[in-house]
Amino acid sequence: MNWFVYGFAALSIASALMVVTRKNPIISALYLSLTLFCLAALFILLEAYFIAAVQVLVYAGAVMVLFIFVIMLLNLDPEKMIVEYFHPPQILAVISTLLLFGFLTFIFMTNKITGDKGFDLPAHIDQGGGHLKVMSLKLFTTFLLAFEVTSLLLLVAIVGAVVLAKRKV
Amino acid sequence: MESIPLSWQLIKIGVILFLFINMAPFLVWWERRACAFIQDRLGPNRVGPLGLLQPVADGIKLIFKEEFFPARANKALYFLAPCLSLFVSLFVFAVIPLAAPIEIDGKILYPQIANLNIGMLYVLAISSLGVYGIMVGGWSSNNKYSLLGGLRASSQMISYELTMGMAVASVVLFFGTFDLQKIVETQSGMAWGVLFQPVSFFLFLVAALAESNRVPFDLPEGETELVAGYHTEYGGMKFGSFFFAEYLNIVTLSAMMVTLFFGGYFGLGWLSKIVDAGPILNAIFQFSAFSIKVLSFLFFFIWVRWTFPRFRYDQVMRLGWKVLLPIAIGNILVTAFLIYWGVI
Repeated sequence: MNWFVYGFAALSIASALMVVTRKNPIISALYLSLTLFCLAALFILLEAYFIAAVQVLVYAGAVMVLFIFVIMLLNLDPEKMIVEYFHPPQILAVISTLLLFGFLTFIFMTNKITGDKGFDLPAHIDQGGGHLKVMSLKLFTTFLLAFEVTSLLLLVAIVGAVVLAKRKV
Repeated sequence: MESIPLSWQLIKIGVILFLFINMAPFLVWWERRACAFIQDRLGPNRVGPLGLLQPVADGIKLIFKEEFFPARANKALYFLAPCLSLFVSLFVFAVIPLAAPIEIDGKILYPQIANLNIGMLYVLAISSLGVYGIMVGGWSSNNKYSLLGGLRASSQMISYELTMGMAVASVVLFFGTFDLQKIVETQSGMAWGVLFQPVSFFLFLVAALAESNRVPFDLPEGETELVAGYHTEYGGMKFGSFFFAEYLNIVTLSAMMVTLFFGGYFGLGWLSKIVDAGPILNAIFQFSAFSIKVLSFLFFFIWVRWTFPRFRYDQVMRLGWKVLLPIAIGNILVTAFLIYWGVI
């Protein structure tokens, strides 16, 4: 079992590196879907079957397909993709990376934002009646606010998309 | 209960895979014969009895064709695309229950490759990856028609996946589980899903026709407009793999419809009562019932293909987003309310 974890973790890191180093946007996008697929495999090894299935269904199966669809529609030439837009000083990149890393560590170590550790032991999950039931109970009681706020975020994105698309007509 | 040892598991996987893969050449033959009869001809009837060996001859021809790579194609992806298509369509079938679990020497044998408790989600998740093969194939061939076919395929499959997912969601609400074995068990005694979820069945059927990229939804190929769509530049067994994947997808979709809406492996129980069958014979009867249902759906797919003309692209999109999706959402809402009030 451990070797599967290491294998998929290594594969996901390797393909994530390929995403940022490839010049051709389509190849990058395909590597990104491979990364997401490996993450789903890791979720399965953690016995989070529902999250794994949704990961593949939503990210690899829908979001990435739309990404690739748009890239194919624009049919970007990889040679022309290298545009010199804006070169910020590299120290800014370093600082923002460190900030993000520190912030994520803070959340991970303290769970200060939600106030409750969101995981259960396998024994709890079996008592609660399966993964789905336990997860949905948590989602609609403890994390209801976060859940609803996320849906609002998606609504904003939809409205934005409609506004952008309407302008051209 | 203890499950069967690994060696048996491997034999089981081999048998199911063999049966499943051989559905593709059989379907090729059946489709050609059926379309010939629909068009008042005989179809292939020279190679073997009733022309049954025609697909074998076709396969040998495809395998021995010259391996060809179009100029300026992305070779790695061009090669990968048919592999992806075939991989996905073989992978999806793993969770379909072919019969009820059999008990042998105190060990339990599940007549499906993997008995997952998220079986239904697994099918949706893996089949949503099916579009990659077509998209990658269309893009990597470096051909305008292929690219257009790939674009059409991705937009069409994304649109109808939504409808299919929504239809499945209300079915899952009704059965209260994602486990396909349990879904079938609930339907014993003619309490078939189609009686309780007719709207979901209709939506699933249309979405399945669209997902399989066949007439009347064969826009990704569209030979009158796009030469052959995403596989214009493919020849030999690479084309054969796309072809294989398409037929295997139809088999899986039919099996899904039988499992969700038509009682899965139930239906020949009276026969096993008459002959007082043991567990093995009973499983064979169940498998036969399942196969008969799947075969009738396969015939339905063939029938539709040779009856209807192709939709226009905008018609397909309008049907998907403005007709089927609202019906699907309404269906979920109604089902949820009915369950909440305790009507069903």
